[in-house]
Amino acid sequence: MSKFHVSTTVNGDSVEYLCDPRETLLDCLRDKLNLTGAKEGCGTGDCGACSVSVDGRLVCSCLMLGVEADGKQIETVEGIADGDVLHPLQQKFIEHAALQCGICTPGILVAAKSLLEKNPNPTEEETRYWLAGNLCRCTGYDKIIRAVMETAEELREAS
Amino acid sequence: MDYHSPASFAEASALAANATGITRFLAGGTDVLVQLRSELVTPDTLIDIKKIEGVSDITKNADGSWTIGVAATGAEMSEHPELGGDWPGVVEAMDLIGSTQVQGRATLTGNLCNGSPAADSVPAMAAAGVTVTVTGPEGTREVAVEEIPTGPGKTSLSKGELVSAVHIPARGEDGGDAYLRFIPRTEMDIAVVGVGVNLRLDGDTVTEARVSLGAVAPTVLLVEDCAKAIIGSTLDDAALDALAAAASAACNPIDDKRGTIAFRTEVAGVLAKRAAKIAYARAKGEQA
Ligand SMILES: Cc1cc2nc3c(=O)[nH]c(=O)nc-3n(C[C@H](O)[C@H](O)[C@H](O)COP(=O)(O)OP(=O)(O)OC[C@H]3O[C@@H](n4cnc5c(N)ncnc54)[C@H](O)[C@@H]3O)c2cc1C
Ligand code: FES
Ligand code: FES
Repeated sequence: MSKFHVSTTVNGDSVEYLCDPRETLLDCLRDKLNLTGAKEGCGTGDCGACSVSVDGRLVCSCLMLGVEADGKQIETVEGIADGDVLHPLQQKFIEHAALQCGICTPGILVAAKSLLEKNPNPTEEETRYWLAGNLCRCTGYDKIIRAVMETAEELREAS
Repeated sequence: MDYHSPASFAEASALAANATGITRFLAGGTDVLVQLRSELVTPDTLIDIKKIEGVSDITKNADGSWTIGVAATGAEMSEHPELGGDWPGVVEAMDLIGSTQVQGRATLTGNLCNGSPAADSVPAMAAAGVTVTVTGPEGTREVAVEEIPTGPGKTSLSKGELVSAVHIPARGEDGGDAYLRFIPRTEMDIAVVGVGVNLRLDGDTVTEARVSLGAVAPTVLLVEDCAKAIIGSTLDDAALDALAAAASAACNPIDDKRGTIAFRTEVAGVLAKRAAKIAYARAKGEQA
């Protein structure tokens, strides 16, 4: 089986890896680049725990091949904080206790960040629909929605 | 599994024509990867069409018709400033597919060529009169969308053939389209019934109509009796009842955990009426 050489950018850093064409981007992030923030919940596009952004577009990294990442700009949950300074979304998730086991959290943070970049003033309904592909077995979603809505409000006031 | 990313449709076609075993094309991968991961289908040859120039373009042609590239995603279609104004039904049907994440990758062509009887964009495309360009070893041909699926997971494309473009007709004056589906949840589910309606008016009277049903037969259905039921009418109650009866009569569904045969047959009629009313209002230039 021939391996493919992939050059890509992850959270602003140029990285390279060799992969089998059957390996997903999620496999490559976790097993080759040691970026274990993105989680595998289902592997079939249903849960959103593997969410990352590719060229500014939110996708499931379990539904994309590692070879397809060549030449792309990938952003994962590891790139959300600025060094030790948490992103406002991360801060609000802690304040609202918007996580329990935390498996869904990296995917939800990436998805919520992508929403606020596209729409700084989403309604609650828009937020719920945007995050419909991010499943959480613990929180009941309400705290997550409150945290996202409040972050949006604070970011609007700050800008 | 061999992975290729050809630079042209001719090259993609030649790769597929010469491949042995199972071949799949890779557009958004939201069906291909699921099938690969669940070990339903492990292709021997995977041909990624996204490196072909122009495949993500959404273009309005001089005659008002549209050409949609085979890698243009649902998100790109929804974000397009004009496409949804001309063909709201087609855009909404595509937008119903999966989550935000799935929308970032899924394509019309993948939805069509995967061959699911419940594919959401397919009845909307059939109603709109969408055709696709098929590129193969012998050159290209134009095929109506409803001629592509031949049964669950099966298409009329022969070895070496692939879809190279999607064409939506010009909207023209006094026309409107709509797509509705029934699912047991509000998001992230597979259609139990889907109905696409596209019509044109002269004053209050329907002069042209196409009605298409999904998830109620092994393939998408373009139902002429449904069109006949409303052409010449002002979409009055009698015409709507005739439309519903024709839609229910065309159904040949399966029983499964999502819906029984009786339920699917009944709901096809109900949704046909509702979709026709929305398309009618849109043709009149009203918000719907
Ligand atoms: C979580 C989730 C939810 C979903 N929800 C829905 C839903 O609500 N409704 C729905 O209809 N679908 C749904 N789907 C299925 C899927 O997203 C759609 O069918 C999608 O439109 C497929 O497009 P794609 O570009 O990802 O196709 P791909 O996976 O890339 O390809 C699908 C098939 O089309 C073939 N193909 C691709 N491009 C070409 C080409 N140019 N020429 C010939 N053949 C080609 C491939 O060989 C393959 O067999 C869902 C999937 C997931 C993972
Ligand atoms: S692991 Fe990718 S969506 Fe669940
Ligand atoms: S916190 Fe456990 S799944 Fe969401």
